[in-house]
Amino acid sequence: MADRAQTVPASPPARLQLPLLASVFLVAACGLAYELIAGALASYLLGDSVTQFSTVIGTYLFAMGLGSWWSKHIDRDLVARFVQIEISVGLLGGFAAAGLFLAFAASTGPFRTLLYGTVLAIGVLVGLEIPLVMRILRRELAFNELVARVLSFDYLGALVVSLVFPLLLAPHLGLVRTGLLFGLINALVALWALWLFRQVLVRRRALTGFAIVSIILLLAGFAAAGRITSLAEGWLYADDIIHTETTPYQRIVITRWHEDIRLFLNQNLQFSSNDEYRYHEALVHPGLAALPAARRVLVLGGGDGLALREILKYPGVESVTLVDLDPAMTRLFSNSPLLRQLNNDSLNSPRVRVVNADAARWLEDNDDSFDFIVADFPDPTNYAVGKLYTTAFYRLLDKHLAAHGLLVVQTTSPYYARHSFWSVAATLEEAGMTTSPYHALVPSFGEWGFILAGHMPYVPPSRYEVPLRFLTPATTATMFEFPADMARVAAPANHMNDQSLVRSFEAEWRHALH
Amino acid sequence: MKRRSFLQTAAALSAAPMLACSRKTAPPLPPGTLSGNDFALGHRLRNPDFPEPGETRRTPVLIIGAGIAGLSAAWRLARAGVRDFMIVDLEATAGGNARYGESAICRYPFGAHYLPLPTMESAAVRHLLADFGGLQGDPRLERPSYDERLLCHTPQERVYHKGIWQEGPIPRLGASADDRQQWLRFHARMAEFKEARDFLGRRAFALPVAAASRDARWLGFDSVTMAEWLAAENFDSVPLHWYVNYACRDDFGTDYRQTSAWAGIHYFACRNGQAANAGGDAVLTAPEGNGWIVRRLTEKLADRLLTGAACFRLEQQTKTVTADLFLKVEGRSIRIVAEQVVWAAALFVLPRVAVSLPAPLAALAGAGEYAPWLVANLSLSELPAAGVGAPLSWDNVLYDAPGLGYVVATHQQVRIAPGPSVFTYYRVLSELPPAKARELLMNSSREAWATTILEELGRAHPDLPALTTRLDVFRHGHAMIRPLPGVVHSSARQALVNGWQRVQFAHADLSGMSLFEEANYHGVRAAEVILSRLGVGESSLLA
Repeated sequence: MADRAQTVPASPPARLQLPLLASVFLVAACGLAYELIAGALASYLLGDSVTQFSTVIGTYLFAMGLGSWWSKHIDRDLVARFVQIEISVGLLGGFAAAGLFLAFAASTGPFRTLLYGTVLAIGVLVGLEIPLVMRILRRELAFNELVARVLSFDYLGALVVSLVFPLLLAPHLGLVRTGLLFGLINALVALWALWLFRQVLVRRRALTGFAIVSIILLLAGFAAAGRITSLAEGWLYADDIIHTETTPYQRIVITRWHEDIRLFLNQNLQFSSNDEYRYHEALVHPGLAALPAARRVLVLGGGDGLALREILKYPGVESVTLVDLDPAMTRLFSNSPLLRQLNNDSLNSPRVRVVNADAARWLEDNDDSFDFIVADFPDPTNYAVGKLYTTAFYRLLDKHLAAHGLLVVQTTSPYYARHSFWSVAATLEEAGMTTSPYHALVPSFGEWGFILAGHMPYVPPSRYEVPLRFLTPATTATMFEFPADMARVAAPANHMNDQSLVRSFEAEWRHALH
Repeated sequence: MKRRSFLQTAAALSAAPMLACSRKTAPPLPPGTLSGNDFALGHRLRNPDFPEPGETRRTPVLIIGAGIAGLSAAWRLARAGVRDFMIVDLEATAGGNARYGESAICRYPFGAHYLPLPTMESAAVRHLLADFGGLQGDPRLERPSYDERLLCHTPQERVYHKGIWQEGPIPRLGASADDRQQWLRFHARMAEFKEARDFLGRRAFALPVAAASRDARWLGFDSVTMAEWLAAENFDSVPLHWYVNYACRDDFGTDYRQTSAWAGIHYFACRNGQAANAGGDAVLTAPEGNGWIVRRLTEKLADRLLTGAACFRLEQQTKTVTADLFLKVEGRSIRIVAEQVVWAAALFVLPRVAVSLPAPLAALAGAGEYAPWLVANLSLSELPAAGVGAPLSWDNVLYDAPGLGYVVATHQQVRIAPGPSVFTYYRVLSELPPAKARELLMNSSREAWATTILEELGRAHPDLPALTTRLDVFRHGHAMIRPLPGVVHSSARQALVNGWQRVQFAHADLSGMSLFEEANYHGVRAAEVILSRLGVGESSLLA
């Protein structure tokens, strides 16, 4: 065996050169494909992220470096090792997307650890490939020539995939099938190498067997890919789905389990009917009850009509303008009997005017002034939404606020995203307003934060004239007290040109979800 | 949002393979116009055959050229209370390289699209911005506040390389350790140049150039090209060379193998402006680029501004200067008799129209080489799918592409919903000698440009051709003077600063670099010379 272990002949036959360079091309193509798939999958599953793609790619590049370095420890059976690596990459890379998707949906274990572990493993294996091929070829070619040829085929493979991936593969096959397809190519390269070196390889049968089994597995995965995707979607929503709708702006999903109705927008929970009254009472009443003369109210966002339901409890309020981007949302919540019951048919009230428009654009185009403004926007997860939490935007809002009026901003969780919460307070203050931050416990969200802002000193209401399930004057006063773990921290104001809030928000929630 | 945009990517991209498979069934080119500088009228100045003036008008001050230099001169005069002047331009609209267009979607630039934070040395630019509310508070402060709506919103720039969009000006993924090392070393060198001052305290690389040191230590860089300087400093990283060349093409319309190293370094080392409410690398921009400044500069000019008026003869008389103008729309000529004139048009035109211009001045004025530019505005029914990597930014560059990338005109808007937009694409034909480039620019049809542009941008955005509803091409024949070695610091140039009797010269051409700050500086300087001749006592805005 020891003698035959030197399986690579002193000089591989010239006829092998071209096939080996072709395999460099394929191997490089697969390598870049896994990198792109991992990056795309991470941003897809983990949602809006400034850093997601970069960290995945960074990990991958680092792992490739590890693999290249490690390759020097492989000094025997180069071809057999190459075949083994190809089969492993094929299986691991091929099933990575499918596996990660399922793992995410089933929320088994720490997803990020799994993600980066997989990326690291694939990267190490891919990093081993090219150095090995170069060593198999090296007795044949002068070093310079060798490096030049291998690297040019390497770059060529990467180039082809970088073009084909966004053009053909991702849209037509989806990530799961694309992964399996490249896995298949790796496995076929293994089989090809086995045939090319059939005369010199030991344990050829066993390796061929492995290669064929992996090809069958990958083909089976390919056939079942559709079912994997729908299985994962089923797991994502544990309850019965009673409505789904994809609008130009978002995907609306409504689920029901016994009496609990939940709304998801782009897979993010918006409310649970079990405790939404806590959120909406806390959002509306501390501000509105302190403004007995309030006549005109503006709601930005909140197309579900639940904040409206609370506002309409005040007979003094003559008109409410609700500006929500998505007509599908306001239509759904003004038509469905089940949802109208939930929002007390608020969207159909004669006192309510529904405008489907982009909030900032509507504010730029109108000069109406309001006594009370509710800014119930999604959390600042990306730069587009982040602009609605800037000094410039609050200055714009301020132009629509009556001199004695109040603005209330839903402000994420001061517990999970403490720095972000206080950054919004700093932003409102830099925009020239006095702030009164407060918080309330909403079980399905956790500890949640709100900020009242205006130009007059604010005093929490000493009594509520409207029927409430959650708030009392005594507990309202305590909501403005912040325990030590949520107390104010020095956080910078958020500006259009830095959007520090989007970065801090992402960092804090990533930490919170770990 | 990302999930949605991912699904959109998938949906949008499914149309792309069909495009790729059969060119014959590719969607027809979007409609659009081919516009730009009035080449026909401009070229008639070579052999003037205009009707003789039938009407004479008088004005104390005539400004010829309503680009940034001329408009800055007008602003300076008006600020000193001198409102009796005329300003004329050959083109149909004022603004020069900062002209802009407008559609139902938004305004968009035809040229210059941003200003870096003004340096301490560009005092006049600071005063100008303060007058228009862009700079808030005292313009002499080292770190003033700027209107947040003008500060470029995050994210500012990204670059497309190997199928991935990356944050920042140069691709970092795939860069070798050596590339990174050289990148850091290059930055360290530029940081040194940024700080460097001579024994008089003048910056080595100041903006405007007039404030820069004349020390031979640094002027020597004006005798080699930027590419030669990089080589001499042992920079050989391919991405670094690409980036430095990009900067030279972007700011000077000139390849770095032809750009003076002094000008190339100046690009990186002159931007020392700071803000109280933004970082030092912030820039000021608006949907129409620098067009917002043009709007403010022209709004009070009313009938003192005459466009479509080509000056075809300029002659010194005993106590006046006469300028004969051909009015394009009316098809007739008029004569303006002015006591003082600011020549704020491109210098190469001067020898063609100035009667008995002294030969040394004529030689200097005619010596410049000019780079042509092409700017295309693509109206899009919606934003293209997100693609892989960094999100859509204000400035989006394609690595190794013939163009300089595109700027998103709707970037400064505050919108959650994706909507229509305008992408402004920039192309400088620096790979050709300027005359050949101009020939290509003039002889190619809009359709030919549209096809190339859609192909180039389609590499990064396969769905972009299908989303483009209009593609308007704007051509600048002589957009920028080329800062070749020896141009910026030619000692003979001082003669131009001294003017020609009653005619003051004011144009960025005097600096050898086509920058807003230079145009503004020379416009204000010329206006201040005239103010002193008119006996208006005013302290200078230049320091």
